[in-house]
Amino acid sequence: MDLTLTPELATFRDEVRAFLDAHKDEYADGVPKDMRAWQKTLIANGYAARTIPKAYGGFGAAPDILKSRIIAEEFIAANAPRGMAGQGISMLVPTLLEVGSEEQKTRWIPPTLAGEILWCQGYSEPGAGSDLANLQTKAVEDGEDFLISGQKIWTSTAMQAQMMFCLVRTEPDAPKHEGISYILFPMSTPGIEVRPLKTMTGVAEFNEVFFTDVRVPKSAVVGGRGRGWFVANATLKHERGMLGDPNATEARLKALIELMKSETVDGQRVIDNPVFRDRLMQLQARVLSMKFNGLRTATDDTAGLARMVVKLQGCELNHQVAALAIDALGELGILYHDGPYLRAKGNWQRNYMFDLGLIIGGGTAQIQKNIISERGLGMPREPKAAPQ
Amino acid sequence: MRFALSEDQGLLQDSLNKALAQLSPLDRVRRFADGGEMTAPDIWAGLSDAGLPGLLVPEEFGGLGLGLLEAALAAEALGKVVAPTPFLGSAVLAPLALTLGGSVEQKAEWLPKLASGEATAGVAISEPIAGAREGAGVTAKDGKLTGKALFALDAPGADLLIVADRAGGLHLAEPVEAVPMTSIDATRRLSELTFKDTPAEALSSNQALERLRDAAWTMIAADTLGACQTMLEKAVDYAKERKQFGRTIGSFQAVKHLCAEMAAELEPARALVWYAAYAFDHAPDEAPLMAAHAKAHTSEIGRFIARTATEVHGGIGMTDLLGLHYWFKRIGQNRQILGGPERVRETAARLQGLAA
Repeated sequence: MDLTLTPELATFRDEVRAFLDAHKDEYADGVPKDMRAWQKTLIANGYAARTIPKAYGGFGAAPDILKSRIIAEEFIAANAPRGMAGQGISMLVPTLLEVGSEEQKTRWIPPTLAGEILWCQGYSEPGAGSDLANLQTKAVEDGEDFLISGQKIWTSTAMQAQMMFCLVRTEPDAPKHEGISYILFPMSTPGIEVRPLKTMTGVAEFNEVFFTDVRVPKSAVVGGRGRGWFVANATLKHERGMLGDPNATEARLKALIELMKSETVDGQRVIDNPVFRDRLMQLQARVLSMKFNGLRTATDDTAGLARMVVKLQGCELNHQVAALAIDALGELGILYHDGPYLRAKGNWQRNYMFDLGLIIGGGTAQIQKNIISERGLGMPREPKAAPQ
Repeated sequence: MRFALSEDQGLLQDSLNKALAQLSPLDRVRRFADGGEMTAPDIWAGLSDAGLPGLLVPEEFGGLGLGLLEAALAAEALGKVVAPTPFLGSAVLAPLALTLGGSVEQKAEWLPKLASGEATAGVAISEPIAGAREGAGVTAKDGKLTGKALFALDAPGADLLIVADRAGGLHLAEPVEAVPMTSIDATRRLSELTFKDTPAEALSSNQALERLRDAAWTMIAADTLGACQTMLEKAVDYAKERKQFGRTIGSFQAVKHLCAEMAAELEPARALVWYAAYAFDHAPDEAPLMAAHAKAHTSEIGRFIARTATEVHGGIGMTDLLGLHYWFKRIGQNRQILGGPERVRETAARLQGLAA
């Protein structure tokens, strides 16, 4: 254990701080005044697309987990907006870098990083949730093209996106994991219909997407025909790391502590109520555990199991932080949408509901427990059900 | 920066685990616990050969001069095999108390003997940390101690005692009779001590009791961590072997998810305990809060893992024959000793100015 920063990293931290200070007029309350201009500035300075090669529009630095952490910490401390983080940037780009053709990389990565192309992800289907490999959206050969028909669900940003990366069944006779291809196409292609899917938060964070004979050239397949399952798994790995981020949880706990210090009931601060204070301390211990677990997984090669629990524990913890904030607000905690007494624009309630969705999405808590027990603890798999 | 054990720390951990497998197997623990032994000099002598008692003692006094992280790794290893040793009192708290507040003479007299394992120390600091019960509390006057101390650690057979008075001052006292306090955990002996004009020398340091508290909380947390690790491993092994309905029970999600939940609680707690131990030596400002959280949080996950691992074993988990209960009880005792989690969390809040 050595948690001191080397002189090089200490200098790097100073550089990040100096950058944020020099550009502080370009953002306010965690939001940039001009998103695309901000993205460009971040990439030019190595604070977004940091490790993506220059040839594809990135900054071209060697991967360095500690520098990435320092960037994350300093941006949170300054309440400065990070770069764009849509599914294109956080999931498609890493996948293309890993398995895309040269032509696909050059064509798609630069405009995606610059924020000129927004992507949505076509994975889940009504009959393919946790059992994603059971997906049925079919792509039938027609000359040099595929004709795609079927339905996707839980598709974020499908209304705004110009492009989709999508899993389709190209080989109907192959075993289920080997019949899937990963394919890219514009959302403007004829035969695509998007219907917003409103959730309990009152907002349509998701969509359903319907395909009827959508014509896509075979050249749009990434990583080889029938290889889509393996390509997608590379992407899921990136999603799960993103969903349990301890830095984000720590920032929320800070806000919760401030809330409990400022809210009063009958003139008594919530933090002075021993029941709420005890719950806060229980959560703080959990947040600290996940923070140090994050430091460990970033630098300790032996921490495989510690890495596997991040999505499960991190998403659950976010939900619990929001739950305590609602409870601490008492009756005010139920206010939502608008009104003079609403706190934090209703974000605690919104997070409480949306975070439950994140416990389910990106691999449910139960799927995470299968992964932890089977791959982490070496326990036997559930026997397959007899074919019906 | 690296949040991982160094090569030396990994080697220390491995060698202790190996030594303890020989010195403190379950049948030896059972003999101690059920046979009413008050000390296990054979185990302590074996560990003394490995330098364990002198882990924290400065090199000039014959110790290894290592830090609290190394001590936490040792505590974890001891918790793994529920070893009956005076580690907490003799090898951690007494050397720290002497190093922090002892005179040149006191250090010269006791540290080398503690480091070699030739002498052991009992520690009575429960009242000012966990609260006074049953009229307990020790008063110091004119170099003499009077009063009762409960839940004293490692007092049987001790050659010296470190005692906290009501005001939090620390004293080096002559041994008095250690009256056993029978508790759930028979792998470690707790004692009631009665002082009556007992000669004692004051240790001079203002912060010593707080430092002792932080070290003790961190060590107890590490002990629970080790005990939990073993309970999880035993539950997983059992679930891989035991068959019902024609399948190993570990293939049922109802069972394997319990194991996953235990692992998901345990792994992040390890990082918290390591950090608390690291902070004790390298980030003293953060150490009290981290020690408190480590103690309280391992108490909570410990309770969950102790009952869940037992449950995974089914009925056999309840039996004396299997011996799983030694870990269950060790974890239960660690939860309450030197303050239960509610009390410790109140300290955590106070340390941040969140409680009066």
